[in-house]
Amino acid sequence: MGVREPFERAVQAHGPTVLRVCRAVLGADEAEDAWSETFLAALRAWPDLPDRTDVRAWLVTVAHRKAVDVVRRNARATPVAEPPDRAVHDEPRDLDLWQAVAALPHKQRHAVALHHLGGLPYDEVAALLGGSSAAARRAASDGVAALRVALGADAPRPTAPTGGRP
Amino acid sequence: MTDQDLLAGARVPDETLVRLRGRLADAAAAEDLLDVAYRTLDSPVGTLLVAATPAGVVRVAFEVQGHDAALEELAAAVSPRVLEAPHRLDVVARELEEYFTGRRRAFDVALDLRLARGFRREVVEHLSLVPYGTTATYAWVASLAGRPAAVRAVGTACARNPLPLVLPCHRVVRSDGTAGRYAGGDAAKHLLLRLEQEQA
Repeated sequence: MGVREPFERAVQAHGPTVLRVCRAVLGADEAEDAWSETFLAALRAWPDLPDRTDVRAWLVTVAHRKAVDVVRRNARATPVAEPPDRAVHDEPRDLDLWQAVAALPHKQRHAVALHHLGGLPYDEVAALLGGSSAAARRAASDGVAALRVALGADAPRPTAPTGGRP
Repeated sequence: MTDQDLLAGARVPDETLVRLRGRLADAAAAEDLLDVAYRTLDSPVGTLLVAATPAGVVRVAFEVQGHDAALEELAAAVSPRVLEAPHRLDVVARELEEYFTGRRRAFDVALDLRLARGFRREVVEHLSLVPYGTTATYAWVASLAGRPAAVRAVGTACARNPLPLVLPCHRVVRSDGTAGRYAGGDAAKHLLLRLEQEQA
């Protein structure tokens, strides 16, 4: 097994992506908790991580796991209304986006987080969310369409750069 | 508007990441997962990388040596659990600053000498016996380390000193009085010797 690179490089390279994924499925404060839990767990596992692991995809997967844990933990705690976001953490424009993402149906929200923000391919999104790869693609696509409407950005869609869909 | 532009609002403020990275370093240290902490600091001999294990300061690297290479070496030789954690190095950073402003002659921090093994370790452990503001020859250090014939090996040990500045290999010069080579570069060696002579 090869020697892993310094962990700090993974934090610097993927820290922003992991925070975006966490933020998409959690409130601002909870997202920071999930970020910390993700990188602490990753640091623990780092020396023994198999060679050729796609580090970003692995971190996004760990982050999603931690975020789901946070949601479950909070669901078990005294139920309160949607906790107020500490808007102070977000730029105003970002806050609009995060609120629109939070308003998506569960599966769309997670599919957008994992695919569009985390960069996971649809089959890996499907593995995490359940259902088929096609369903994951549909959920992500419907989610983005809903975000366009919510953010008043539903200008005509440019031709997809990858061409038609299979 | 592409999907990318639509989600471009998903920026992450730099100050948030700085705060989170600080929190991560603290949590890692609390769980004994911070095997190597490092920081960089500006100095008259260029930006320095300073790294420590829980046992003590383990590495000082000059910019000309390549900080990335130094971090990779630490990941391989000590542990890949390496994090930038400036506060873990506050004491040695302050002592280095005092040294460069002429207010400190010796360092008072715990050292981890694991990057120097065998005779190289013998040599670097003897470097502090060369007094501030003076120089000694490679031959003299070889005698001091108990192997008077190993002058060349002393040269190698000095060149590969994992803790330059803290263990003053810059005070070791050639028998003909010329400075000899230095990991931080010739100019750095001259600057350090001049600094010490002015203060001594």
